Amino acid sequence: MAYEKVNELNLKDTELCLGLPGRTEEIKEEQEVSCVKSNNKRQFEDTREEEESTPPTKTQIVGWPPVRSSRKNNNSVSYVKVSMDGAPYLRKIDLKTYKNYPELLKALENMFKVTIGEYCEREGYKGSGFVPTYEDKDGDWMLVGDVPWDMFSSSCKRLRIMKGSDAPALDSSL
Amino acid sequence: MGLRLPSKVLEHILSFIDSNEDRNSVSLVCKSWFETERKTRKRVFVGNCYAVSPAAVAKRFPEMRSLTLKGKPHFADYNLVPDGWGGYAWPWIEAMAAKCPSLEEIRLKRMVVTDECLEKIAASFKDFEVLVLTSCEGFSTDGIAAIAATCRNLRVLELRECIVEDLGGDWLSYFPETSTSLVSLDFSCLDSEVKISDLERLVSRSPNLKSLKLNPAVTLDGLVSLLRRAPQLTELGTGSFAFQLKPEAFSKLSEAFSNCKQLQSLSGLWDVLPEYLPALYSVCPGLTSLNLSYATVRMPDLVELLRRCSKLQKLWVMDLIEDKGLEAVASYCKELRELRVFPSAPDLDEANIPLTEQGLVVVSKGCRKLESVLYFCVQFTNAALLTIARKRPNLKCFRLCVIEPFAPDYKTNEPLDKGFKAIAEGCKDLRRLSVSGLLSDKAFKYIGKHAKKVRMLSIAFAGDSDLMLHHLLSGCESLKKLEIRDCPFGDTALLEHAAKLETMRSLWMSSCFVSFGACKILSKKMPRLNVEVIDEHPPETRPESSPVERIYIYRTVAGPRMDTPEFVWTIHKNPEIGVSHLAIK
Repeated sequence: MAYEKVNELNLKDTELCLGLPGRTEEIKEEQEVSCVKSNNKRQFEDTREEEESTPPTKTQIVGWPPVRSSRKNNNSVSYVKVSMDGAPYLRKIDLKTYKNYPELLKALENMFKVTIGEYCEREGYKGSGFVPTYEDKDGDWMLVGDVPWDMFSSSCKRLRIMKGSDAPALDSSL
Repeated sequence: MGLRLPSKVLEHILSFIDSNEDRNSVSLVCKSWFETERKTRKRVFVGNCYAVSPAAVAKRFPEMRSLTLKGKPHFADYNLVPDGWGGYAWPWIEAMAAKCPSLEEIRLKRMVVTDECLEKIAASFKDFEVLVLTSCEGFSTDGIAAIAATCRNLRVLELRECIVEDLGGDWLSYFPETSTSLVSLDFSCLDSEVKISDLERLVSRSPNLKSLKLNPAVTLDGLVSLLRRAPQLTELGTGSFAFQLKPEAFSKLSEAFSNCKQLQSLSGLWDVLPEYLPALYSVCPGLTSLNLSYATVRMPDLVELLRRCSKLQKLWVMDLIEDKGLEAVASYCKELRELRVFPSAPDLDEANIPLTEQGLVVVSKGCRKLESVLYFCVQFTNAALLTIARKRPNLKCFRLCVIEPFAPDYKTNEPLDKGFKAIAEGCKDLRRLSVSGLLSDKAFKYIGKHAKKVRMLSIAFAGDSDLMLHHLLSGCESLKKLEIRDCPFGDTALLEHAAKLETMRSLWMSSCFVSFGACKILSKKMPRLNVEVIDEHPPETRPESSPVERIYIYRTVAGPRMDTPEFVWTIHKNPEIGVSHLAIK
């Protein structure tokens, strides 16, 4: 059926439904409940605790908020998740607030209270024991610092600071 | 002996009447006035391309010089109308090419335009001057090349937020080598790079160019070079600013801008970094329109820019402006008429921007000429709405999107009924209204009663029952377009107020509780409405009482349309026959 997948969304799965047809009574209750739920559940992100797989949120509502796709794709601030091996929870940073690698690395060092050191083209981050890596648009894990800053900031999807002992494969491949 | 105004005299009088609403009234007076009016109408506007047939329009207005058409329903902007729904420009272009070869201007919104259409336009209208495509799709850069190459008198070529199959930047080289008559060029929605030398030469040989909107692929160097060649520009859409800042580049940019002494409108500014903003300072005092909605600039960098824009009338910005930035707007931009604040992180779980209802309140207090508002905000209060209504009774367009569905007044936990009542009651000239947040049926009672001039109303996740629709359709005297999603009303109100629907252009409903059975009854009752059901499954495979997914109802004199896709079902006028794709009269 031509309608099954439209705009690459399975509309049936993602459509907000006020209940199955015929269930008018229950729907009203659900509505009130979800009203209360949404009031209490919504909280501002003071904590940055996150899990790898978050359950689907209200963001799954099709066409809501009513913003054209051209706005959704381009201009959301580019927060990326940052994990560090051994750290109890992930952090999030906005890549757009940094202009170059030294600023980013300094921020990461402050955030996780570690020393990462300086980038060296041939040998990566020697001696510090921590290696900053990132996942790019193609899903590959790369060493932070290899490509020009602009290219990095537009293709970086998430960051991972690997502990030196876990990352010999990366270092030796350079 | 009858008293009759000689048609020549009437013609002369009509030459002063531009408003189509007035001309429509004139045409109803009597047959001879109808004839004189139709023969003199130059600018034709068709708000729903399916309301009337292209042939009928072409026949009625033989002197047509400008045609404006709208296709898909507004909610198509938010992906609520599946691809392939319709809105094809071809039948119109074909009909006009045959009957109105003197056509000079075509403006299309939310329509499917193919390369064939564009080639036909280029080939058929010798004096063609203006092509504006807004939110259109279906064509490639080849079609644009055809227009550029053939339309020797082209003044305006604007592609606004279209989805274009981008085959590369060659199209730009198809403009004639001789001097062009271009006044406005907008290719901001295209992705691929155009050769900067082509663009430079085009600009150099277009002495009348006043408006230029570049795509993100144009670099800062390119921008500088273009500004040097076109310092007379009044409207500029920059390319992307996402490039490394070199000291000498900055001063060149600054200088280029300062030479554009007539610049009134500025947009684009993709990815602009705060360090670049000072380059724009020289043009700020002259700006009347500023679109920062793609610029991820945060506070406090925005303030330095905004406080220099004392003549600003239109401001589009992201919520990164925060309440603080809006305070600055309220202080410095006293001429502001239109404000739009877009969400920077449309995903709900990223909502942690310090923009609250106070931002809009402070602008409402400080900007006396404010008449148009679009505001996205996580939550709101009745008190804020009351203040806004009290301070700005001159509002003409008020669109509030409380991003959290069903969100009540976060201070009192009440629905936002009182707040929207104040808006409807206080803003007597309100023409367009979008409501959101937790709203009971009462809110719609107030809106129905007081919003006498509202022509377009948008509603989502609101109301309790059928009463809500009943209130709206029994009130809202000027209502022309109603679009509703995810509201729990059903058949009763719709059927009770069927006659009202013929006074409106269209009604869109999705994820509500209107049943297939009601659609059939409505269609039978109202022969001049097309009742279209958009549904994955044939409505006949479900019980009559089951709700349909989406309905689009519109008045028409053209009968059911013949171009519906698989998933659109026009309810047959004879309900026993049911529904069909090819709706037979």
